[in-house]
Order: sequence, then structure tokens, then C-alpha cells
Amino acid sequence: MFKYFEPNKIFSITSKAPKYVLFLFIVILSIGLTEALILSPEDYKQSHSVRIMYVHVPAAWISLGIFSVMTFLSIVGYIFKIRNFFLIAKSLAPSGLVFNIIALVTGSIWGKPTWGTWWAWDARITSMLILALFYIMYLIVWRISENDDKVFKVTSIITILGIINVPIIKYSVDWWNTLHQPASINILSKSSIHISMLFPLLTMTAAFALFSLLIFLMKYNTELIKIKNKGLDRL
Amino acid sequence: MYGRKVKLRIFFLLLILATLSLSVFLLIKSLEENVIFFKSPTEIKTLSEISKKKIRIGGMVKKDSITVISKEIKFIVTDFKNEINVVYSGVVPNLFSEEKGVVAEGYLKDKNFFLATKILAKHDENYMPPEVKAALEEK
Repeated sequence: MFKYFEPNKIFSITSKAPKYVLFLFIVILSIGLTEALILSPEDYKQSHSVRIMYVHVPAAWISLGIFSVMTFLSIVGYIFKIRNFFLIAKSLAPSGLVFNIIALVTGSIWGKPTWGTWWAWDARITSMLILALFYIMYLIVWRISENDDKVFKVTSIITILGIINVPIIKYSVDWWNTLHQPASINILSKSSIHISMLFPLLTMTAAFALFSLLIFLMKYNTELIKIKNKGLDRL
Repeated sequence: MYGRKVKLRIFFLLLILATLSLSVFLLIKSLEENVIFFKSPTEIKTLSEISKKKIRIGGMVKKDSITVISKEIKFIVTDFKNEINVVYSGVVPNLFSEEKGVVAEGYLKDKNFFLATKILAKHDENYMPPEVKAALEEK
């Protein structure tokens, strides 16, 4: 069991896996886009602009999910001094930021025809913007400092600060009056999105998750190469 | 089980998390006025004084309440408890219609009359194809 966590084993996985993940990503994305753009029906109220949702919502989910995972890894990594966890978190961050920005931009594009404005300082939108700032802060810290121990500490603190924002993003639409609509998909109660629209949404989420995995594997592979070049065999 | 250092680090992080959560909570609590995007007609009714500042009100556009007189559009915003008359001149978003959510930005003249300078349509959380909507309405 333990030998799977040897750097060389991990390295052989991270250097081979991307091409398979890329293939799977392209397949799922093609299915997702066909469903979202062609097969799925238009909405009774907003007609074709509903299709923006199939990019917007998965992107927002993935960016929230990645930040939560990064926080978990940073906290556990900090407590038990596991260097590897920080590198995994670091490799996850870029795709999280990209999806966060995609969520903000597509939301803005959707907002103009639907609400009648590109931007509103409502609780959901503002808290999502704050999450993007946390992602940027996190990534900048890795670039600023050469001292790894310092980076580990600072990034842990940043993720802890940022994680407080995550439930605020989720529940902002329930706690306060916002322009943004409340959640359509509920795990415990009935969802208010029609099944024909739910399916492309979930497929697109799977596609975006695969894309994040792909970018993560490539980033993490780079980190491992850096370690190898330093002549360190252990993580 | 774990070393002293590990326990200290756990404690340190928990302390940070607790302190920050509490500060964020208090901060948002005290800024609640600004965190909410719009006030409902009921909240407007309970205001002690009418400010001259720009505010936003929101709710449902009451059924059969939209009237268009030349360039002016009048409608009633309701939260099913209280109502406010809104007057606006300008372009409304496509999704603006009766029995749908709306947010109006502008000035409160008195507790029953609102002069809007901007209208935003609020979309609800229901997504469905037109056929399903039609079928639901038949029921």
C-alpha cells in the first residue's frame, strides 16, 4: 500500500495520466456542449440565454469545490507538516481561479439580458468576487516568497480566511435579499430545474471537473520535476 | 496520540478560524443594511424616516398593475403583505413582467410612492421548457 505514495510511482502516474484525462475531457465536453447548446430546450422565461447557465453554474461549483479542497489540504498539511499536501493545493489553485473568473464573466453576460445590468453589488456576486481575490492572493504568495516554510504558513492562513467566505457565498441568497436567484438544485428537497436541463448541467460539471484534474496533473507533474531537479528523492 | 507541537498547531488554527469567523459575522451583522440588495415594501413601511438617498426596493410586480402612459410606466411592487406604487420612465429589461420579481433603484417620495431611475428584473430559481410551463398552467 505505502509504495504507491513513493514519488517515483506518483511521477509515473502524473506524467502518463494527462493524455487519458484529456481524451476523456474532450469526449465528455463534446457530449455536454451538444446537450447544452443543441439538445436541451430553451427556457420558458429567458429563452436561449438559459444556455449560459450550463457554463456558469458548473464553473462556480468547481471553483468553490477546489477552494474547499485546497483549504482542507493546507490545514492538514500545516498541522502534520506534510509538504506534499501544499504542493497538491498549489497545483489545484490555477484551475480554481480560472473557473471562478469564468463564473463571474458568464454571470455578467447572463445578467445583461436577464436582469438588465452587467454588474450588481449584491451579496452573491460580491462574495464570489472576494473568492477570486483570495485565489489571486494565494497564488501570489507562492510567487513572492522563496522560503517554503513561510509560504506554507501564509497560504494556510489565506485558505482559512477564504473558507469563511465559502458558506457566505452558498447561503448569501437565502440570508439576504439579493438580485441573484436562490439555488435551483436541492439535494434534500425537490429541485426547481427541469430534468431536461439538469442533465446537460451535470455533464458540463463532469467535463469541467475533468479539465481541473487535467490542469492539476500537469501542474503537479511540474512540481515533482522541480523536486527531482533539486536532487531530493523524498517529498 | 499526537505530539505537543501538532496539538498546538491544531489549537492555533482553530483559534484563528474562530476569531475570524466571529469578526466576519459581527462585521456583516453591523453592515446588514448595506449587504441586502433591496428592501421589501414591508421593510419600507417600517422605516422611521424617509431618506433622500438612492435606495432599491424589490418584490413582485402585482398582477394587472402595469400601465403605460406615453413614456411613463407605472406599476405596483408587492410582497403580498404591503405594496408600493412605482413610476419609471425608460427602458425596462426583457424579463420585466407582471407576477415576476423586480428590483427598482431610485428615490422614495413617501411610503407609498417610489420614483425609479433604474429597473432590474429579478429571475427566479425555476428553469423549465415552455411546454412544461404550459402544462403546469393548464393544471
